[in-house]
Amino acid sequence: MKSAVLVFPGINRERDMARAFEVVTGVKPVMVWHTETELPEGIDVVAVPGGFSYGDYLRCGAIAARSPIIDAVKRHAERGGYVLGVCNGFQIVTEIGLLPGALMRNASLKFVCKEVHLRVDDPTTAFTSAYTAGQVIRCPIAHGEGNYYADPETLARLEGEGRVVFRYCDELGRTTEAADPNGSLNHIAGIVNERGNVLGMMPHPENLIEALQGGTDGRGLFESLAKVA
Amino acid sequence: MKARVTVTLKNGVLDPQGKAIQGALKSLGFAGVDDVRQGKLIELDLATSDRAAAEAEVTAMCEKLLANTVIENYRIELV
Repeated sequence: MKSAVLVFPGINRERDMARAFEVVTGVKPVMVWHTETELPEGIDVVAVPGGFSYGDYLRCGAIAARSPIIDAVKRHAERGGYVLGVCNGFQIVTEIGLLPGALMRNASLKFVCKEVHLRVDDPTTAFTSAYTAGQVIRCPIAHGEGNYYADPETLARLEGEGRVVFRYCDELGRTTEAADPNGSLNHIAGIVNERGNVLGMMPHPENLIEALQGGTDGRGLFESLAKVA
Repeated sequence: MKARVTVTLKNGVLDPQGKAIQGALKSLGFAGVDDVRQGKLIELDLATSDRAAAEAEVTAMCEKLLANTVIENYRIELV
């Protein structure tokens, strides 16, 4: 599998993302600077990592979403190529319009940096096939704007089509207000597009892939991608 | 010519910052504030003096970058 990790000014999780791909798949991703207008030949997966692109000025992810490389990412997605947006990457991918909705300020107004539990609600996607339905995994989060919002029609469509892949939950898989760190509608932590080749999620699976990091619950996502790409 | 763009959250979109301001006003003794919505104001200094051209240009800027029309409305004033 050939992967690329996009790099924007202000992004700070690109090396974590690159390491996760390398550790799990054995292949080092290509780092692609935002001023490029084409992705390298033969890329299967484009990862949009976390951080604070352009200081999150204007809106989180807004300026990065208008970078020169973005048209190439859109074409990649249209061809059926995989796109993984994590944290700021999820915000960027929604700003591009590859995923519906938007990420708003956390309901608590606080930046939240901790480990949460996620329930895998759809293990049939290219990103989650290494997990089982309803499996509860641990995953770190670190964001101030992860409060998923979509208008009622969009939300109903996402739920109706089973496109909510990850939901915040407690250690037993129960989705409660207390287990939701940011106030996301329906406790949404990650969604896929209609075609299933673009995933956006606020938590950081790339930060839980080796024992040194305290666990390996995030590995499954990269293993899933390695199976299909 | 100057343009003033006001970006506000759409009705129905939760505004935690507005809620915090409302709470702060209440704690300062300002009673009777039923709701607070926070937005942003962007002032642009434009080279053109043609109103129609400016309006079209700023509308394009709003659609392309200044507002996220999934969650925000925008209003343009030329001054």
